[in-house]
Amino acid sequence: MNERIVKLPFFENLLNLAVLALLGLLCAFPIVHTLALSFSSASAAASGRVAIWPVEFTTQAYQFVLENPAFIKSFGISIARVLVGAPLNMLLTILVAYPLSRSKAEFRARDFFAWFFLLTVLFSGGLIPWYMVIRQTGLIDKFWALIIPGALPVFNVILLANSFRSIPKELEEAAAMDGAGHWTILFRVLLPLSWPILATLTLFVTVAHWNSWFDGLILMNSPDKYPLQSYLQTVVINPDPRMLTERDLALLQLISNRTTRAAQIFIAMVPILLVYPFLQRYFTAGVKLGAIKG
Amino acid sequence: MLLRKKLSREIPLFVMLTPAVVLVLVYAYAPMVGIVMAFQRVLPGKGIFGSPWVGLDNFAFILRMPNILQVLWNTIRIAGLKAAAGVVVPVTVALMLNNVTSQAFKRTVQTIIYLPHFLSWVILAGIFIDILSPSEGVVNHILGLVGIPPIFFLGNDKVFPWTMVVTDVWKSFGFGAIVYLAALTDIDPTLYEAAVMDGASRRQQTRHITLPGISGTIIMLSTLSLGNILNAGFDQIFNLYSPLVYRTGDIIDTLVYRIGIANYQYGVATAVGLFKSVVSLLLIGIAYKLAAKWADYRIF
Repeated sequence: MNERIVKLPFFENLLNLAVLALLGLLCAFPIVHTLALSFSSASAAASGRVAIWPVEFTTQAYQFVLENPAFIKSFGISIARVLVGAPLNMLLTILVAYPLSRSKAEFRARDFFAWFFLLTVLFSGGLIPWYMVIRQTGLIDKFWALIIPGALPVFNVILLANSFRSIPKELEEAAAMDGAGHWTILFRVLLPLSWPILATLTLFVTVAHWNSWFDGLILMNSPDKYPLQSYLQTVVINPDPRMLTERDLALLQLISNRTTRAAQIFIAMVPILLVYPFLQRYFTAGVKLGAIKG
Repeated sequence: MLLRKKLSREIPLFVMLTPAVVLVLVYAYAPMVGIVMAFQRVLPGKGIFGSPWVGLDNFAFILRMPNILQVLWNTIRIAGLKAAAGVVVPVTVALMLNNVTSQAFKRTVQTIIYLPHFLSWVILAGIFIDILSPSEGVVNHILGLVGIPPIFFLGNDKVFPWTMVVTDVWKSFGFGAIVYLAALTDIDPTLYEAAVMDGASRRQQTRHITLPGISGTIIMLSTLSLGNILNAGFDQIFNLYSPLVYRTGDIIDTLVYRIGIANYQYGVATAVGLFKSVVSLLLIGIAYKLAAKWADYRIF
């Protein structure tokens, strides 16, 4: 740990701390405010009396949201896409990172494949051809459209390959001496030594799947197949009157649209807040590894 | 013989790559072939093999669109402002965090400012649409307390680009600071010791040790952001804009979406997308060359 030798003079130090605290508050305020709104009464929300604490505490908005079958269904689809999509992301990442982490002597086609994958990050066919290919492969309106087309996160492959390469060669050589093949080296030598980066990447792909909204929005024709973020996009951000049922319309007369929006937003944030402590423990190391290696 | 042995040793590597190669061929390379649609009048149900060729008609159509230069300028302006703010703010915050001696305070601030990075623009748009609303939003409520009339942050086309820059900085500055903070902790502490011996003031230390110590990282990241100059942030703008602010807020990606997905003009939308991909690729190429030269950066 490197600590600056000279401490800041008293007032400069105070100012430094005050500005940082203010930045922290600026980041926390919108989130805390949303939480407070979601637990406030409709009239308190409408009259602008809510700041960072619920006014006229009520769970009405949450009851309304959690009784809405469309919301629950999309929540389930999002959970499913994380549970299926994230492990698949990790499997493919590992299977590609290993060959790319070999030396050229060991894998003569290494550079070819490295560029083969890297090129897809640098250049793409664009939105429309991508959409057409997904349609041609019969995935439109299918759950697998949310999983298959993005199953290989190339950026994560780069991070993991670099991480594999930083593991001392002697360990692999010793294993190879004992007759271990590539599969054994990957699964018995490299992966057990790589769990911090694997944890980081797993959390990254989990968050990415949870947060994806655009694919659901354009690849699903029927809103009952939307994952949660696509559902919120059409209900909260870009309300489409066709999405509202008569029950919604009747209930919205009674309770505030504003508090239910806040409740839905907050529920969608909960899974992120749950993994965040684990995420934070690992991502700093992961980001350093990727951004300023060597 | 040796060659065959070597090849058999490489076979498992090809096996490992096969599923990903198939996937990437279908969902990344096949769409590149689909770029030919930029030169076709794409008919519904005919696809790229049955649609008639129209040469450069789609590009001519784009050039005749009255707002095309405006959209290009909006994109570059918003992306450029974001890139600049995306270096200045994180560097400043990293320097400030590096001055904090209390580890508990430092960790608390970091925990809070990293969080927005992990929230989607759908969630954040939901939050910002509410707090920035001119009638009931808490931000205008606070401004009202000090006598400032309500500002329509998302509906006034003069304010909208700045709202995009500020909310983008809000989401990403904390996470952006991580890399600079890491670079700061890599600075050799004996440099500071020597400077103190020589009687260097704090400001002189910052100027002559700290900033040069992280300049490599700053140059590298700002150069690489050049490749993103046509990415003004689709997720953010799509969720926050409205026809009220098209004049200053419409960007290439949102235009492609409206032409292609909403209006089914596949040929034209593909042409716009192709233009963007080609320019981006050129800029990325230049950026990586410069980053390799100035900051000795390599991807692999």
